[in-house]
Amino acid sequence: MKSILFFIVTCSLTNAAIASQKAILVQSTTSTANSGLYEYLLPRFEEAHKTQVNVVAVGTGQAIRNASNCDADVLLVHAKSAEEKFIEEGLGVKRYDLMYNDFVLIGPENDPANIADSITAADALTGIANSSSIFASRGDNSGTHQKELGLWLEAGIDTKPHNGKWYRETGSGMGATLNTSIGMNAYTLTDRATWISFKNRGQHKVLFEGDAALFNQYGVILVSPEKCPSVNAVGGQTFIDWLTGPSGQQLIADYQLDGQQLFYPNATTD
Amino acid sequence: MQDFQHSFTYAFRLVVQADATLLEIVSLSLRVSVGATLLACLIGLPLGAILATRDFPGKWLLTVITNTLMGMPPVVLGLLVYMLLSRAGPLGWLEMLYTPGAMILVQFLLVLPIVTALTRQIIEDSWQEYKEQFRSLCLSNTTTILTLLWDTRNGLLTAALAGFARAISEVGAVIIVGGNINHLTRVMTTAIALETSKGDLALALALGMILLSIALVVNALVYSARLRVT
Amino acid sequence: MNISLTGQPVSRKTPARDPSRTSTGLLPLTVRSVNLSIDGTALLKDISLTIDNNKITALMGHNGAGKSLLIRVLHGILTPQSGQVEWNGQPVEDIKVRKRQSMVFQKPVLLRRSVAANIDYVLALRKLSSKTRRDELLQIAGLSEKAKQQARSLSGGEQQRLAIARALATNPEVLLMDEPTANLDPQATSRIESLIHQASEQAIKIILVTHDLAQAQRVADDVIFLDNGNVAEHSSATTFFTQPASAAGHSYISGYLQTATEKRPL
Repeated sequence: MKSILFFIVTCSLTNAAIASQKAILVQSTTSTANSGLYEYLLPRFEEAHKTQVNVVAVGTGQAIRNASNCDADVLLVHAKSAEEKFIEEGLGVKRYDLMYNDFVLIGPENDPANIADSITAADALTGIANSSSIFASRGDNSGTHQKELGLWLEAGIDTKPHNGKWYRETGSGMGATLNTSIGMNAYTLTDRATWISFKNRGQHKVLFEGDAALFNQYGVILVSPEKCPSVNAVGGQTFIDWLTGPSGQQLIADYQLDGQQLFYPNATTD
Repeated sequence: MQDFQHSFTYAFRLVVQADATLLEIVSLSLRVSVGATLLACLIGLPLGAILATRDFPGKWLLTVITNTLMGMPPVVLGLLVYMLLSRAGPLGWLEMLYTPGAMILVQFLLVLPIVTALTRQIIEDSWQEYKEQFRSLCLSNTTTILTLLWDTRNGLLTAALAGFARAISEVGAVIIVGGNINHLTRVMTTAIALETSKGDLALALALGMILLSIALVVNALVYSARLRVT
Repeated sequence: MNISLTGQPVSRKTPARDPSRTSTGLLPLTVRSVNLSIDGTALLKDISLTIDNNKITALMGHNGAGKSLLIRVLHGILTPQSGQVEWNGQPVEDIKVRKRQSMVFQKPVLLRRSVAANIDYVLALRKLSSKTRRDELLQIAGLSEKAKQQARSLSGGEQQRLAIARALATNPEVLLMDEPTANLDPQATSRIESLIHQASEQAIKIILVTHDLAQAQRVADDVIFLDNGNVAEHSSATTFFTQPASAAGHSYISGYLQTATEKRPL
């Protein structure tokens, strides 16, 4: 009986302790979290501002939904149109460009759809569709999924009739989709940071890259304290200012994994 | 595919080095799952005993519901609790979302039907045997229940362990209400899910082995305690 | 043996109470028009009887005659559809009346604890906790050596003796027993019977359901013979075993009389 009370007390104390520090809650994407970027950035911010930052990493779609429920102070995702809609609906204060990298198409080394020689991303997808090669889609309304849908639209291909045949939706995060893709020898669209930090690559490699259409912009937004009175607006704005300011931007540029830069800072200070 | 031996050595190294992050994750896992199981026992044991020994309208329905809830998908329960605890939800003012408290709550709800349903079955079996003797002794309802709980303690311990096993091994509910936040709400299962999504299957498997070893230690401790009491 | 079954100190000067006395505060037992049916079948049919002696009463009859049901009705753990059971004018539904009785079942229901803990449990229940009293009861049951053993690891006879010791722990004025020796060998049976005699000598009223005619002859002072849910006969043991008044009683004991009269151990 005593031990149960002890648990309840310790747990509520833990909660209270964190609340008193006014921790900043960030809803973010798995791509940024899985790459290790936050482990690199956050200790430096926390040291400079004595404020804890808690990151929940989910798909962009879910991150935006959670933030719409006021379960975030800051939203850091990569789906510009969805982010702008978030601002329009009054849920966010202002959207800042933060950094970018790019998406790449990965697939089996022998490249059965021969996409490596394609000129545009749309051509590459057409090649996959024409050869009915297996393509693993996130299917989870994430930033990457939204980008992929845009590319199919550009290629003029309707994937619906092929859904469940060569076009397969995993309905999972980037990592799980990559694991699936490697398991079934499929092509997949992924952001470069996740791919570089991904360890279970098997015989897969980057087959197509470099099209401007594969640009991957990350944005950062303070959740509106008017819509959500519980928002830690001061802390959140401090974090955003730091990320988009010189020290944050420099650190983003400095972060490397296996000798490769993962994110390119491009915040516009105004 | 990385081989199993690699995972074994990986797990072994993490344990031997007493990796600080690992210890933190293990300790939170235990705090959350043990706490949830104890709370579930606090409610579930008497509730199961009441279901087994008392007659009241709706008892049949409550029993069927309890048995059904044993199969509650953790993700669904996670979503329900998320909707409750979300700042936009009815209990948002508690500011409990993404805290260990929320994780204890969700696992408590997950374990409660298991402890209640198994307790009801175990006590009911004994109750048939004890009923007349207890009536003869003019036991009050409370004494009846306390005596039955103590007399079936071995079976109930297994029920509690089944509940603990459910809690320590589930990922779907804690990842939604806990958020898998580093140094705050990351537990063994969400760490395993994270490493799997990073494609680091060796580390994921190593963590899985450590999780199983912890469960083994907990079970061994409980079982030896049971031998001493019996 | 100078050990008190009722928890009262016994000095050598005080002889065991005379079993012919009818002074137990719960007597007489009066049963009026008790009817009990289960699932539409009438099992006790308009039973009325009075017991006003403080001796050992055997409740006998064929299988299904209603003996086990009747003893439960007398104890108040089974409620009949109609009729009254009164102990010295007080209804058996009164918990104060029920607490002055104990019952021992055919299959002893022991708690999953040690032998001593089974006694302690009942003593604590009646706020009578006492190590001396517990040891005394264990000695009566002949289980002092086994106090620390798990109760359920005892032999059948030992378990039943423990059940009786536990029943005595509440200092009952009435001890109801439902075929306490049905599953026991002759030696174990004889030890139980000696416990029954001892209890009776301490002025505890005993009502005993038994199948065993020889046992009834050995211990009973009077016999209530049930036939098909009716009281066919209530007479002294001597009368019942020599000149049963009822035809049913006569046919019940006739086979026994023919084969066993000569061997009667008295």
